[in-house]
Amino acid sequence: MTEAMIETSGLTRHFTVRTETVEAVKGLDLRVDTGELVALLGPNGAGKSTTLRMLTTLLAPTSGTARVAGFDVRTQQREVRGHIGYIGQGNGAGHSQRGRDELVSQGRAYGMTASAARARADELVESLDLSAVADRVVSKLSGGQRRRLDIAMGLIHAPALLFLDEPSTGLDPQNRANLQEHIQRLRADHGTTIVLTTHYLDEADSLAERVIVIDHGSIIADNTPARLKAEHAGDRITLTFDNATQAARVIGHHALGIAEGAQVSQSGAQVVLEVPGGAQIAPKLLRALDDALLEVASVEVTRPTLDDVFLTLTGRSLREDVSLKEKKA
Amino acid sequence: MTTALVAKTGIVADTLTVFSRELRPVLRNPFSVIFTMVQPLFFLALFAPLLPGDSSLQWFVPGIVVMSCLFGTSMTGSNLLYEMQTGSHERMLVSPLRRPALIMGRALKEIVPMLAQTVLLVLVTMPFGFTLNVGGAAIGLVILAIFCVGLGALSYTLALASKDQEWMFWGVQQTLLFPLLLLAGMMLPIDNGPQWLQTMAKFNPLTYVVDAERLLFNGTIASGTVLAGLAAAVVVAALGLFVGTRAMRKA
Repeated sequence: MTEAMIETSGLTRHFTVRTETVEAVKGLDLRVDTGELVALLGPNGAGKSTTLRMLTTLLAPTSGTARVAGFDVRTQQREVRGHIGYIGQGNGAGHSQRGRDELVSQGRAYGMTASAARARADELVESLDLSAVADRVVSKLSGGQRRRLDIAMGLIHAPALLFLDEPSTGLDPQNRANLQEHIQRLRADHGTTIVLTTHYLDEADSLAERVIVIDHGSIIADNTPARLKAEHAGDRITLTFDNATQAARVIGHHALGIAEGAQVSQSGAQVVLEVPGGAQIAPKLLRALDDALLEVASVEVTRPTLDDVFLTLTGRSLREDVSLKEKKA
Repeated sequence: MTTALVAKTGIVADTLTVFSRELRPVLRNPFSVIFTMVQPLFFLALFAPLLPGDSSLQWFVPGIVVMSCLFGTSMTGSNLLYEMQTGSHERMLVSPLRRPALIMGRALKEIVPMLAQTVLLVLVTMPFGFTLNVGGAAIGLVILAIFCVGLGALSYTLALASKDQEWMFWGVQQTLLFPLLLLAGMMLPIDNGPQWLQTMAKFNPLTYVVDAERLLFNGTIASGTVLAGLAAAVVVAALGLFVGTRAMRKA
C-alpha cells in the first residue's frame, strides 16, 4: 500500500462575516497518496483555496484534523512547513529584491547551507530559463518570468509535496503550457506529490490524474478525468433536421432504439442524445434513421468535458462562474 | 534527494536569514537610506539656524539624529505591507522560519540605516561647528539601536494589523509621528512650556531617549537621564517585539 501524503478527517473552516457564519469548508475527508497529481477543481469561492491554506498551515482549521507529509497541521506546523513547497497566487519573490537573492534566502529559510542554496538556485535558474533575468530586480520582470521565478522559489528545497494555488491564473497560453510541462516533468523526474487548485477545466483535464470537484465547501466528485466524464456525462450526439416538425417526429421513434439508454431531448430542429460510446453509435443511428426515411441534415458528436460533469453534478456551468469572475476582475 | 536539502534551523539562524534578506536591497541601493532623511535634513538646514545661541547645534543635532531614526523606522512597516499584497510575505509564512525571527530579523535591520544616517548627519554638521564626544555617542547609538528595533517592530505590527487597508497604516503612522516628535522636545525645549505639555511629555518614551542622546553626544555619560533613556528604549523594544511576535503568529 502506498503511503498517505495528505490525510484529512472532517476538516472544517468557518469564517465570520459580520454576524453571519460562512462555512467555507465543510467536513472534508481527503486522502492523497505519495506521487499523486491532484487538481482541486471548483468555482470561485468553492473552498479550494481555503482547503489549501489549511493544508499549508496558513489557516487554522475550525475543526477536524489534517496530517500533511506525516505531520499534524495544528500541532506540528514547523515540521509541516519544512516538508512542503507552496506556490501561492501572488509572487513569492519580493518585488524590491533580485530573483537570485530571493532564491538563496528561500533556501536558507529551509536550512540549506549558503553554498548549497546558491548551487540549487543556479540549477533552477538554468532549468526554468531565468538566466537572463535572475539578477534583475523582481519588479522589472514580466508576468511570465515572475511566475517561473515563483516556481523556482517553491522548488528550492526539492519538496516531496508541492502545493500550487491557481498557478496559471493570469498567464498567457504559451506560459500556461510551459507551466504544465514543468509540473509534469517534476512529477516524472522526482515523483513529487502535487496538489493544485484551478478553475480552468482544460487544465484540470489535461494535467491531473485525479480531479476532486469541490462546490460549496464539500467534495462532490473525486476520480480520474476520464472516469468522471464517463460516470457523470455521456457523449453527446446532436442531430439537426430541416425543421422542428421533422425533429419532433424523431422523438420516440423506434430508430433511436440503437442508442439504448440515451437521454433524448429536443430543442427546435435539433435532437440531442446523451449516451456513452457516442462515436460508435452515431453511424448506426444515421443508417437506422435513413432506413426510416428520417433525413438528417447534419450530425455532430462531442466528447463530454469536465464542465458537463460539473453541470450534471450541480446544475450550474463552471464556465459561467469563471467568465463572470473574469469580467469582474 | 527529496528531503536531504532541508535541515533544522535555530532561532538565530532564522533571524539572520530574515535580517540579511531585508538588508540586501539597502546594500544594493545605498542611496535609499537618504530618502527617508530628506525631512530631517530640511529641519537641520532651515530650522536650526533659527535657534538662539552659539551652541544650538550641540542641542539640536542629537534630536535630529533621533528624528531621522523616527521617520525612517516608523515607515518601515510599509515594506511589509507591500509584501503582504504581492505575496512574498505569505511565502515566508509557509516556510519553516520561526515567527519571532520574522519580526526580529526585520526590526534588527533598522539599525543599519539608522547608523548610516547618524554618520551622515554628524558629517554634514561638523563643518558648521558641531562637536561630538565619540565615547558618549557610541553609547547613545546603542540606546538608539535598541529603540529602533522596538519602533521597527511596532511599525511592522501596525502593518500586520492594517492588512489590506493601506490607508490605516499611513493614517496611524502620520497621526502619531508629529505629536511624538514635538512632545519629545525634539524641535524646541519642553522645559519652558505649560505644565500640561510637560506632563504629556513625561508619558512619551521618546522624551527620555532624546534627553539621553543630548547628554551622551555632548560627553555626559554617568547620569540618571542616560539610564532613563536606556530604560525607555528597552521598554519600547520589549513591547514592540512582544506585540510584533503575537501579530506575526496570528498572520
